[in-house]
Amino acid sequence: MPDPTPSQTVGPFFHHALPFEGGAIVVRRGTKGTRIVIEGSVRDGAGAAAADVLIETWQADAGGRYHHPEDRQPQPMDADFDGFGRVPTSDDGRFTIESIKPGPVPGPRGRAQAPHIVLGILGRGILTRLVTRLYFDDEAANAQDPILEMVPAERRPTLIARRVADGRYHFDIVLQGQDETVFFDV
Amino acid sequence: MSDPARYRPVPSDLHPPNDSPEYHSTLLRCPRQPLVAIPQTLSEITGPTQVQGRIGALDHDLTRQHAGAPLGERIILEGRVLDEDGRPVTETLVELWQCNAAGRYAHRGDDHDAPLDPNFTGAGRALTDAAGRYRFITIKPGAYPWRNHPNAWRPAHIHLSVFGSSFLTRLITQMFFPGDPLLAFDPIFNSVPERARGRLVAAFDFGLTKAEWALGYRFDIVLRGREATPTVEA
Repeated sequence: MPDPTPSQTVGPFFHHALPFEGGAIVVRRGTKGTRIVIEGSVRDGAGAAAADVLIETWQADAGGRYHHPEDRQPQPMDADFDGFGRVPTSDDGRFTIESIKPGPVPGPRGRAQAPHIVLGILGRGILTRLVTRLYFDDEAANAQDPILEMVPAERRPTLIARRVADGRYHFDIVLQGQDETVFFDV
Repeated sequence: MSDPARYRPVPSDLHPPNDSPEYHSTLLRCPRQPLVAIPQTLSEITGPTQVQGRIGALDHDLTRQHAGAPLGERIILEGRVLDEDGRPVTETLVELWQCNAAGRYAHRGDDHDAPLDPNFTGAGRALTDAAGRYRFITIKPGAYPWRNHPNAWRPAHIHLSVFGSSFLTRLITQMFFPGDPLLAFDPIFNSVPERARGRLVAAFDFGLTKAEWALGYRFDIVLRGREATPTVEA
């Protein structure tokens, strides 16, 4: 049995190949749920904007159902939502994602997970994809989230998007240094 | 309720460490805190299955995306996407991108003094078939200089992106060509632990060549597989 193929960096020159029209707009016209906009930036260990980064997002629909055959929950899947987003950072390291607030989803041992979006971070200088999560600061369920509770309390804020206006959230990804984002081994 | 079948842990000496200082772009971009281990949940064992709509008839053929043929050595690149048990990963998206035969990307950020080719964009995609097979027609990319260190050159390589069946199987990698003398000097290739490095080098496959037309290379991709038995919670 062979091991998996090793990873390599996506490099700086992926923009003619990977981003696609509408990749940053996960929500569609008929999608159910509360519309949200997530804005933020990616910074490196010197605090500089990370321009050549690609963020991939994966989330459940508003009913907490993933658009995937292994989600066998009874509630119907939102046919107007598939849950995948892909957005490159701009020249000043910023990104914007339009989506809907995901519903809570099942977690380990039947415990519910607070609404969250799974993120994969690729980029020049990132040889192996970094995996993190985005939670929302207006969700009381964060306090009982089985994944957040595995993160040292002082680092949890790096995973929580801040509500800045109705339906708008701010979320920064810090690759290294002070306030470094928590990345997961999963 | 039983938790879903887990994916196998990734061996620690397989993927390149993000802290690979010979590749200078990692210096300010690698996390310094340890990764936090978490269990695999429904959020990770699911993943996108329909990315970017339908695949066009010529999406896999990078030599026919413009009015004329691109310059360079035409090649057929074929391989299979498998899991760790050797089972084919079917109907999964494979994305490919590369520079042209002169070593220049059709990208505004690439300022290498080599000509662009108006007949080559260097981006393609394909879905694997029922045997997990994918196939691209393209041209052999050139080597190009970069500024990692004095007189640094990237060996010829093709970037590949594969999804697989979940968020955990997602893989971005690079494929290299056999016998390339630049491999020994490339900090990106050499960031991969030594035992696994050869996995990124395609095989020249005479059986894949097409007489009077193209040479052939084979590159199989293995994605993370499942544990043998599902984890059942009491």
